[in-house]
Amino acid sequence: MPTLWIRSARVIDPASKRNGVDDLFVVHGKFVPSLSAAAKKEAQVIDAKGLVACPGLVDIHVHFREPGQTHKETIGTGARAAAAGGFTTVVCMPNTAPVADNAGTIQFINDAARRDAVVKVLPTGCITVGMKGAALAPFGSLKRAGVVALTDDGECVQSNEIMRRACEYAKMFGLPIMDHCQDAALTQGSVMNEGTISTRLGLRGWPHAAEDIIVARNVILSEYTGAHIHMQHISSRYSVGIIRRAKTRGVKITAEATPHHLALTEDALGTYDTNFKMNPPLRTEADRRALIAGLRDGTLDCISTDHAPHTDYEKDKEFDYAPNGILGLETSLAVSLDVLVRRSKFQLSQVIDLMTRQPSRILGLPAGTLATGAAADVCLFDPNESWIYDAKAGFSKSSNSPWHGAKLTGRVKTTIVDGRVVFADGKIVA
Amino acid sequence: MPWTRQHLLTLEELSLAEINQIHATAAAFKRTLTRSVKKVPALRGKTIVNLFLEPSTRTRMAFDMAAKRLSADVISLDGSSSSTTKGETLRDTAQNIQALQADMIVLRHSAAGAPLYLSRILHIPVINAGDGAHEHPTQGLLDTFTMKEHLGKLKGRKVVILGDILFSRVARSNIHALTKMGAAVTLVGPSTLVPHWFTDLGVQVSHDLKSALADAEVVMLLRIQHERQASGHFPSLGEYTGMFGLNKTRASWLNPKAIIMHPGPINRGVEIDSELADGERSVILEQVTNGIAIRMAVLYLCSGGQPENVYSGSDPN
Repeated sequence: MPTLWIRSARVIDPASKRNGVDDLFVVHGKFVPSLSAAAKKEAQVIDAKGLVACPGLVDIHVHFREPGQTHKETIGTGARAAAAGGFTTVVCMPNTAPVADNAGTIQFINDAARRDAVVKVLPTGCITVGMKGAALAPFGSLKRAGVVALTDDGECVQSNEIMRRACEYAKMFGLPIMDHCQDAALTQGSVMNEGTISTRLGLRGWPHAAEDIIVARNVILSEYTGAHIHMQHISSRYSVGIIRRAKTRGVKITAEATPHHLALTEDALGTYDTNFKMNPPLRTEADRRALIAGLRDGTLDCISTDHAPHTDYEKDKEFDYAPNGILGLETSLAVSLDVLVRRSKFQLSQVIDLMTRQPSRILGLPAGTLATGAAADVCLFDPNESWIYDAKAGFSKSSNSPWHGAKLTGRVKTTIVDGRVVFADGKIVA
Repeated sequence: MPWTRQHLLTLEELSLAEINQIHATAAAFKRTLTRSVKKVPALRGKTIVNLFLEPSTRTRMAFDMAAKRLSADVISLDGSSSSTTKGETLRDTAQNIQALQADMIVLRHSAAGAPLYLSRILHIPVINAGDGAHEHPTQGLLDTFTMKEHLGKLKGRKVVILGDILFSRVARSNIHALTKMGAAVTLVGPSTLVPHWFTDLGVQVSHDLKSALADAEVVMLLRIQHERQASGHFPSLGEYTGMFGLNKTRASWLNPKAIIMHPGPINRGVEIDSELADGERSVILEQVTNGIAIRMAVLYLCSGGQPENVYSGSDPN
């Protein structure tokens, strides 16, 4: 493993409070404070002048579809998409086929990750057996197999009793519960936000109240049991308010927002384009602004993509019949920079914080920092370079992105995992 | 002004001038319907496929009849006999129909937006015969055509649409046509079936039948489906009829010259008293007849025909 010398980068690391032009040094896959003159001569030099060097990005919400749905994505292709997007650690959801509700499936995922992935892929396990919401999955053996959290993502646990027991039981293992907040009865058959546009388009509406109710339920159960509940992909302004008030009281909850909910609204659905269909759905401008305000004041803790690959032929359908979800990994940084830095006046370091230190903190991952001794996971990007995103030429196995063909600004140049360059100059090199 | 559209997908996207053009063309075709020889040669040699992936009687028969009156060859496919039951996608089914050299597809589908989706895939015209709860443009056209026959210009006319608006494509198409024509539209029904969002479409929403019906010149009833009871949209058909069913007393609140409309199928004794449905103010069967003329006009125009070439008679509208 070569010694690395990353020269003259604008180093931004909220975790170690660095923000300025500097060099980074890596020996044996870890950051070191300096290199000897002799070591410098031998080192692989990466000229990072004009580039930002930040901790490798961390995404705690991706779907890599393996096992069972490898026509959409594999752990290998998903990890390549992650590397191309500057991510070095991703947490994959357990709604595979079969679902990851047992240690054997987790072992399968870990083996595939070790064999095929160019970035760190960490598994989550189900909250309930078969993700059916009825009986608790074996958290203990899931934890031993290596899960970093528990979630029935996509199938919110409806029974308050099961959720309460899950909270109590998960707390014993120190495992966070990640919840996709959706009241199922309020959202039967729904395909987009409920409101004027769903009324006009004749599509079944998904009222934000269905999210708000579960967010409130989770606040209550977290407070009651002391368990850590992480609310996934918050989309409603009322939910932001509920979380804000709960955090003021010190309730142990965290929450995420996706780039698509930050950048887009239901106005994009006028032509029934299924690349704007996801769950929870795109909502209104007021909701979008509330999410940005939530990230600004810390009500929402991090940005996650909910990277959800589906093939062209699955998405190419009547709107009602197309599956929910869009890609996110290869566009997340550029879209977040656009929405938050350019349009909402966030500091660049704030956005990096939301994509590195914060998601790592939520799940207690050893990632998201350039500190001495930490794993040398780095993202080098040019915040000003504009490029056209061609989803069909991307690294994911699928191409279901609303940003296909869009001009984006902010481009990942190099991704380094444990001191090894895995992505550079538009290519996977690992 | 020449007709330029290849597809008819929604009334929302049509201009007032285009709606009037269809109406004028339909008026000309309507005169041919009462001749002893009802067929005109306008679409001779063309093949029209009625792809009805959701059940329909009236609309399908009217499209069938209209195509035959225009001398087109017609093939009708329904959901149970098409390959969609074997898992074929709509794209594939439609592309096969196009490859079989059909000249036009008339699509009825349970999913909103399906006709727009097909129009982007195919190079032949796509006519929307009802897509989910979205639009039913030919129904909106025949309804407004019928209103014009009775009332003349619709500007400023008070029109009430009563019933299950939320799930109704007929209501949406009528709302778009009527607001473009300047009518004053009020939607009435239980608050669960007439959500306030409709006001953003330029109409009034009311849950008070008496004030809404007062002096209305048109009342259009929509079918109440008993399935909505199970989904909690109202307690019972009996309660619906008690609160919103049109009966003699309530009909007396209308303008004395008001017409009563219904796109069918009717639930007698639920949304409307049986005798009102058959009464002299009812134009329900006229709607059905006009449905042929409207569909003739739409099939004719969207296959490249021009309004002025239809018929030499004068336009009554």
